[in-house]
Amino acid sequence: MKKILILGGGTGGTIMANRLRKALERDEWEITVVDQFKTHYYQPGFLFIPFGIYNKYDVIKPKADFFPAGVKVLYEKTDKIEPDQNRVLLDGGQVLPYDYLIIATGTQTQPGETPGLKGPLWYKEIFDFYTIEGAVALSRFLKTWEGGHLVMNIAEMPYKCPVAPLEFVFLADAFFHETGIRNKVKISYVTPLPGAFTKPQATKMLSGLLEEKNIKVVPEFYLESVDNEKKVIKSYDGQEIPFDLLTIVPVNMGNKAIERSGMGDDLNFVPTDKHTLRSEKYENIFVLGDASNIPTSKAGSVVHFASEVLFDNLMATIEDRPMLAKFDGHANCYIETGFGKGSIIDFNYDTEPLPGTFPLPGIGPFGLLQNTKLNHYGKVLFRWIYWHILLKGKEMPIESEMSMAGKKL
Amino acid sequence: MATKSYAGVNVEVNDEGYLTDPSQWTPVIAKELAKEENIELTDKHFEVLNFIREEHAKGNVLTIRKVGKSGVVDIKGFYDLFPGGPLKKASKIGGIPKPSSCV
Ligand SMILES: Cc1cc2nc3c(=O)[nH]c(=O)nc-3n(C[C@H](O)[C@H](O)[C@H](O)COP(=O)(O)OP(=O)(O)OC[C@H]3O[C@@H](n4cnc5c(N)ncnc54)[C@H](O)[C@@H]3O)c2cc1C
Repeated sequence: MKKILILGGGTGGTIMANRLRKALERDEWEITVVDQFKTHYYQPGFLFIPFGIYNKYDVIKPKADFFPAGVKVLYEKTDKIEPDQNRVLLDGGQVLPYDYLIIATGTQTQPGETPGLKGPLWYKEIFDFYTIEGAVALSRFLKTWEGGHLVMNIAEMPYKCPVAPLEFVFLADAFFHETGIRNKVKISYVTPLPGAFTKPQATKMLSGLLEEKNIKVVPEFYLESVDNEKKVIKSYDGQEIPFDLLTIVPVNMGNKAIERSGMGDDLNFVPTDKHTLRSEKYENIFVLGDASNIPTSKAGSVVHFASEVLFDNLMATIEDRPMLAKFDGHANCYIETGFGKGSIIDFNYDTEPLPGTFPLPGIGPFGLLQNTKLNHYGKVLFRWIYWHILLKGKEMPIESEMSMAGKKL
Repeated sequence: MATKSYAGVNVEVNDEGYLTDPSQWTPVIAKELAKEENIELTDKHFEVLNFIREEHAKGNVLTIRKVGKSGVVDIKGFYDLFPGGPLKKASKIGGIPKPSSCV
C-alpha cells in the first residue's frame, strides 16, 4: 500500500482528503489525515460573533462530517516531520511513514510573541477575534460596554484574512450605531502598513468608507508591547496609543510542529514554490494554504483555488508526469462594510484588486470594489457554500485561475 | 508612472516615487533617494539595503521583524537607521516595492 499523509484537517486538509479519495484506488492508496481537534471551525464566522450576529454554534461542526469514507483520521497532535526519513511523529509516540506528505497545518495566533499582550487585561479589555474563545469573550464584553476608545491593532504581517480587521471596524461602527452609543465610541485602526489600504485601486474606491464612518487610521505603528497598567500600546519608535478596549490580531505564525521539524522560515511558514505548491526542498512534500509562505492572502478562497493546482501536480508526480499546473495566487474575498452592505475583491500575484463585475463580465451579480447589498449576501451565502461545496472539494462556479473578464483597468 | 533622473541616470518610478524595476537600482541612486528622505547612507545602511533587496529577489515578503532577525541590525537599530517608517523608507531607498497588503 502506498501512503499519502495529510497534516491538518482544516479547510485545506479536508478538501484534499475529499479530492484524493475520489481519484485514487482504495486498494492501492492509503490516505490518512492527522488533526489535533475534532471540531471544524468556520473561521470567517468568528468575525460576526462579537456583534451577536452569529453564535458559537453557527460556526462549528464535527470534523468527521466532512471526511469521506475510506480515509483514516487520527485525532492527535503532530510532534514533528522527519522529511529525510519520510515520516511523521505524533505526540502519542506513533510513527507514520509516507510516500507523499501534504502540509496543511494553517497559521495560529501567538499573543505570547508580544510582551504584555497576554497580561492581566487579556480577555478583560483586550481581545482577539481570531479564535473562538476570543470572539465569544468579546461578544460578552460588548454587551455591557458603555463606550470609550476602541483600538483595532494588527501586530504583524502577514496574518490570515487581511481584510478581517477592516471588516471588524466597519461592523463595530454599525453595531455601536444600533446600540445607540456610537457618539461615545472613538474607533482607531492601527496598522504597521503605510495605510489601511495600500493598493491604488482599492485605496481609490474604498478608503472613503473609513472617513465616512469616522474611523481614524494610524499607519506605520509597529507594535512592541502592551502596558496593562497605563492601558497603552507601544511601538518600537516610542509612540503610545491609549485604549479602553483593544482588539488585536496577534502575531500569526505557522504551527510549532513546523519549527520543531526545522522546516519553516522565521515565522514558521514552509518555503513553497509559489506556482507548483511543492515544498522548495522536498520533492514528495506539498504545502497547502496558510501553512505555506506563498505571497498571496492567507484565505479560505485561496486554499480552494490552490487545492485544484496542488491536486493536479500531486497526481502528475504520482504518475511520473511533469507538473504542469501553475498557481497564480488567485484570491477572492468579501469585505463586510456594515449596515447590510459589502464589497468584494478578486486578485492574484500580479494583478491588484480592480473594479468591475464578478463572476460574470458586465452582469455580476457582484460588484468588485463596490459597496452593495448584494455583495453582503455573497458573504452570507459563503458559509453555506463553505460547508456544502468547498470543504467537500466539489466544483465551484469560479475558475481557480483569475480572470480579467469583467475587470476595468 | 514617470521617469526620474538620479545622479544622471534615468529610472522609472511610480506615483509615490518607488522604483518600478529593482534592477535599475544602483548604490549611487540609493544615495540620491536617501537624500529625499533626509538620510545620509552609511555602510550599515547598505548592509540593510542589500539584505532587503536579496529577500525581495527571492520572492520573500519582508517585515520589520524579519529585518530584525536578519543578524544585520535589530529592530531598534533599524528604526535608528531609517526613522519614521523603516521598512517603507528602506524599500524606497533600496529600489523595491512599498510594503503592502492585498487591498
Ligand atoms: C476571523 C477570520 C475571518 C476570516 N474570513 C475569511 C473570509 O471571509 N474568506 C476567506 O476566504 N477566508 C477567511 N478566513 C481565513 C480562512 O479561515 C483560512 O485562511 C483557512 O481556513 C485556512 O485553511 P488551512 O487549511 O490552511 O488552515 P486551517 O483551516 O486553519 O487548518 C489547520 C488545521 O491544522 C491543524 N493542526 C495544526 N497544527 C497541528 C498539529 N501540530 N497537529 C495536529 N493538527 C494540527 C489545526 O487543528 C487545524 O484544524 C478568515 C479567518 C479568520 C480567523
